[in-house]
Amino acid sequence: MRHTISVLVENRFGVLARIAGLFSARGFNIDSLAVGETEDPTISRMTIVVDAEDERILEQIKKQLHKLIDVITVVDLTKKEFFERELILARVSVDKSNKNKIEKVINKFNVKILHKDEDSIIIEAALEQEKIKELFSTLKEFGIKQLVRTGKIAIPK
Amino acid sequence: MTGSEIFLESLKKENVEVLFGYPGGSVLPIFDKLYDSDLRFILTRHEQGAIHAADGYARATGKVGVCIATSGPGATNLTTGIANAYMDSIPIVAFTGQVKTFLIGNDAFQEADVTGITRPITKHNYLVKDVKDLACIIKEAFHIASTGRPGPVVIDIPVDVQIQDIEFNYPKTCDIRSYKPTIKGHPGQIKKAAKTISRAKKPIIYAGGGVIISGAFEELKILAEKINTPVTTTLLGLGGFDERNELSLGMLGMHGTVYANHAIMDSDLIIAVGARFDDRVTGKIDTFAPHAQIIHIDIDPSSISKNVKVHIPIVGDAKNILKELIDEIKKPPETSQWLAQIKEWKQKGPLRYDNNTDKIKPQYVVQKICELTKGEAIICTEVGQNQMWAAQYYTYTKPRTFVSSGGLGTMGFGFPAAMGVQAGCPDKIVFDIAGDGSIQMNSQELMTVVANKLPVKIAILNNGYLGMVRQWQELFYKKRYSQTTLVNPDFVKLAEAYGAKGIRVHKKNEVEKAIKEAIETNNAVVLDFIVEPEENVFPMVPAGEAINRMIGGMA
Repeated sequence: MRHTISVLVENRFGVLARIAGLFSARGFNIDSLAVGETEDPTISRMTIVVDAEDERILEQIKKQLHKLIDVITVVDLTKKEFFERELILARVSVDKSNKNKIEKVINKFNVKILHKDEDSIIIEAALEQEKIKELFSTLKEFGIKQLVRTGKIAIPK
Repeated sequence: MTGSEIFLESLKKENVEVLFGYPGGSVLPIFDKLYDSDLRFILTRHEQGAIHAADGYARATGKVGVCIATSGPGATNLTTGIANAYMDSIPIVAFTGQVKTFLIGNDAFQEADVTGITRPITKHNYLVKDVKDLACIIKEAFHIASTGRPGPVVIDIPVDVQIQDIEFNYPKTCDIRSYKPTIKGHPGQIKKAAKTISRAKKPIIYAGGGVIISGAFEELKILAEKINTPVTTTLLGLGGFDERNELSLGMLGMHGTVYANHAIMDSDLIIAVGARFDDRVTGKIDTFAPHAQIIHIDIDPSSISKNVKVHIPIVGDAKNILKELIDEIKKPPETSQWLAQIKEWKQKGPLRYDNNTDKIKPQYVVQKICELTKGEAIICTEVGQNQMWAAQYYTYTKPRTFVSSGGLGTMGFGFPAAMGVQAGCPDKIVFDIAGDGSIQMNSQELMTVVANKLPVKIAILNNGYLGMVRQWQELFYKKRYSQTTLVNPDFVKLAEAYGAKGIRVHKKNEVEKAIKEAIETNNAVVLDFIVEPEENVFPMVPAGEAINRMIGGMA
């Protein structure tokens, strides 16, 4: 099962390496990881999405994270109500035949167009991960030339 | 004050009494200040020797062990010792020199990414980029190394930071917002544990190194006697419970006693104290103690339910929790039948070996060392058969008297550790029980013990083999002794070359005399016991088997 873990860490060099190292050394998989400064510039927040086979592994991940000296708090948001977003940027092929269809998709998913040229557009979308999946499968039929994702960020209610 | 002076002053503030190490280009400013300092410095002959010595010192004294090495190869030579201390939760602060800050990342001469290399094998580590942070970092490092679940901390100091000047202000206290180890156990959990204990019919206490680290020797004894419950210890728990006590089952696990393994497998309640259910203890995990409820007392939450499912976890300091648990238990469980069963197991399957021979049996040597030191020595071990015999055949009665590389299993650990022990405990007799293989991994430290007047006794159980590997080859690889037959130097001459005493013992009836002579000699002594070459360590649980399926078990 996928879990979204929100980790507050000291905003220092080397902290990301400690977290990444912990995951690789213990054979845990990271689906995505997003880092940024918080309202307190000495603290960063990492939103880590992990796919843990069972509860025991998830417990170990949380405990091991907490054991790192630079980690301040570890919260599993999956057990709470929270808002989540992932930002994606994508270059999608367009031609006359699919222009209308794409416009429909853009309206449906609240996608922004950042740039247009002859045979492609660059779009931006900030959505829940489930919606992003949906958006992908729709866009796939037009052809995604390039895709950039930030990984999920989340905030509890 | 310069960075180097701050370094020395900070060590003074931390009451460091001895520093083990080796100089080099990137620590020259510090060594220049050491030249005028009265801090005791033990110059080893290899950086690995320095960190194992700091480790042994920490294990025997309970204080933080401190060592220093230069950048690059000096630092990488520390890594085995750092990993060793990390696995066994030993408080060490290791200082390394680093190339100048502006050269970091440039592949400079003797540069290595020390914080990168040591990240997974330290409790924490630091690269000091500015001298203004140095004092605070040292304070934090000692605090982190010695509190909670202890462990090694590395401080990497670039050589230019060592000469930068700043006012010296050593922080009085240390408050790290992200590091607050839990000391006090949860009262509700302790109550629950007490009730469960009262109801148990076949309880067993399984005690590990945490008992020794937290100083819970007395509390463990009181608890065991109050609830009439047998106690088995892990390898690192040896000395945590007096083995002369009737309730003692000795060590459990792969080379544990038959009765300890049977008892834990048959128990209905395991009270684990400062132990981590390591694979050498549990054997095949899904067959381990199938009927037992588990109470697990440990300061490290990540040790709980890592390998086995725990029913009543209590996070906190073992001494603290045991005290409260003792008070909370209103009614001791009824264990007389259980103890009778254990007594029967003890009679049927005692630790035993065939001593009916003229040859020297390694077990006999260990027993004689125990007898002649009246069990008062501090025993260090290398890794392999020597280690297991030292664990099985010496009777441990007090904490901090058994020093051995448990988690990492580092050959070459025992002798340098012994010199650290001797430096910290000058009045104790210190033995390193060694194999002819292991001793050669750090034999260069013979020079260190002679030069520093550390009268360590090395008892080599010389069987001409890498004995434990040979044993596995004998039992599981059709006696194909691949690369385990050793050609050895003359250990007596080797000792003498360094200015130590060397004694070779061929005959069983010379063993006692030789050990006595070693004890009476006020110098380092190498005892070369030529022992029965193909003696095996029994009982033994084959890897991956249930721990009550032992080879060489019941009579």
